[in-house]
Amino acid sequence: MRQAILSDDSLTFAEKVISLRADGGEKVRHPGDITILPADLAMAQDSTGPLAIRVFKEMGVEKLWDPSRVHLVIDHTYPAADEKVANLHSLMREFVRQQSCHIVEGSISHQHLMENHIVPGMVLFGADSHTCQGGALGAFATGIGSSEMAALWVTGKLWVRVPESVRVNLSGEFKKGVYARDIISHFIGMVGEDGGNYLSLEWKGLSIKTLTMASRACISNNSMECGCKLSVFEVDGATEEYLRSVNRKPMFEVHAGKKAIYKDEHEIELGKLEPQVAEPGNVDKVKTVRELEGKPVDQSFIGSSTNGRYEDLVVAARVLKGRKVKAGTRCIITPASRNVFEQAIKKGLAEIFLESGAVFTNATCGACVGTHLGVLGENEVCISSSPRNYMGRMGATSAKIYLASPATCAATAVEGKIADPRKYL
Amino acid sequence: MTTPTVLRGRAWVWPDDVNTDIIIPFRFKARTNDPYEMAKYAMYGFDPEFYKKVKQGDLFVAGRNFGGGSSREQAPVAIKYSGVAAVVAESFARIFLRNAFAIGLPALEVPGISKEVQQFDEMEVNLQDWSVRRVKDGRVFPALKVDDFLRGLMREGGLVEYYKRHKSFPWDQLKAAPATN
Repeated sequence: MRQAILSDDSLTFAEKVISLRADGGEKVRHPGDITILPADLAMAQDSTGPLAIRVFKEMGVEKLWDPSRVHLVIDHTYPAADEKVANLHSLMREFVRQQSCHIVEGSISHQHLMENHIVPGMVLFGADSHTCQGGALGAFATGIGSSEMAALWVTGKLWVRVPESVRVNLSGEFKKGVYARDIISHFIGMVGEDGGNYLSLEWKGLSIKTLTMASRACISNNSMECGCKLSVFEVDGATEEYLRSVNRKPMFEVHAGKKAIYKDEHEIELGKLEPQVAEPGNVDKVKTVRELEGKPVDQSFIGSSTNGRYEDLVVAARVLKGRKVKAGTRCIITPASRNVFEQAIKKGLAEIFLESGAVFTNATCGACVGTHLGVLGENEVCISSSPRNYMGRMGATSAKIYLASPATCAATAVEGKIADPRKYL
Repeated sequence: MTTPTVLRGRAWVWPDDVNTDIIIPFRFKARTNDPYEMAKYAMYGFDPEFYKKVKQGDLFVAGRNFGGGSSREQAPVAIKYSGVAAVVAESFARIFLRNAFAIGLPALEVPGISKEVQQFDEMEVNLQDWSVRRVKDGRVFPALKVDDFLRGLMREGGLVEYYKRHKSFPWDQLKAAPATN
């Protein structure tokens, strides 16, 4: 049956994984079916974990179903910005001591899991919306809340509705100054911020093979901003090469059938894309950088689980090398993991950032969530490579946030106003 | 504690795309694990004084995509503990809806509802019929059906209450159909 499902020409990625893995044995499931799915990995971070721990204790349960599959990550406000945060971090550490599950501090959960644990075909639930980043490695990875995480900790299983799927075909080649972030920003602008609600996105097309794993991670991660449940790249040569480099093997290599049924299909021609910028307030208010050039900013933030990888910092360094951040503008650069931080130091990026006048911080979610390391004051304006520009996201309710790629954020830091990165590359 | 079948209250009307950063900003929810403390920041993005103005039993009526963005369960928790008895919206973001059921906050999807309700209109939410009624003219708006196990979960007050009572989770009752072959 396993082989029949894997080779079934009519099934999407989501249908195949759920058909293989759901309780009740291997059999074909279709969109709308409610199933119970066992988790290979369960992750909670420092803004969802404490509430999950509270709920777990209120349920009166003593032991995790399988501590080896449970990961707690302290990333959002790391290290603690104040006493209240510190106390919640202590609660997490105490829980880990009692339960002997995993804990990681000071790397963003999605990047840490990608660097160390995720493999194709795995089922991963994370108490963080951007858990869907795991789809970059062909995993079934999706976000949930704290109480459902606590329930998952009890039995290792959770209910899942089989989602409809949408196919996005990428063709052509990037022009200079255009990156994965511009693809996903453009897509969110096309479909709207609830345009992917409940859906599984499958990224397809000839251009996929040119996308690095970091670029795929950016797209899968930021797909959350249209509400999707999954955002998936199937295993290909790049995935295999990545897995070899980290010495991991797929659980299942799942490829959607050629005759699978999609709710919708979209085409994006990379050669037609320009650098994209989302205007403050909503992630789907997307324009080209040319339309917004010249708007003054107080702060530029380069980092987050969407765009804080080594590849992103290399691009930022290309723009900032030999240049200075505009006087009166803050440029904050925050790597997504300890590994990225270390590479940036060893390979000389840190020096470029410091010479430019930027602030180079430890790995954390940091300014993205408006809790430390770059909180915005009243009426301040920021351009950011992070995923969200919602009112109050990075600090004061009246602050304004533009979203763009690391290249555009770096160019904007140099000019102190929204700038086209192409002239600096 | 089982939720009553009919919830009657005045409706706060909200627009489309009310995201979780508006419902409770990160910097507040990352600094407490107490639901009543979270409630002090409910709807902070629209009105930092909301928690002083809301009355026990009030209802929410919202547009499309209510609760989009972050997975933070503190969003429905803040709404529930501020005193709001139920949220009715044209549509909900996926994780918000799951979280609402998980904490026992009634959440009903009623397409078109936000255009039918004025701020502070008296409304009734019927959890038996899964519908909403406008009190002034008695017009009933049916909500989109949800699976029985989710309604049961919500009626019993959420996952903690359900688990304490049954020592199982509501989806455990969905007997997985055996593989045919």
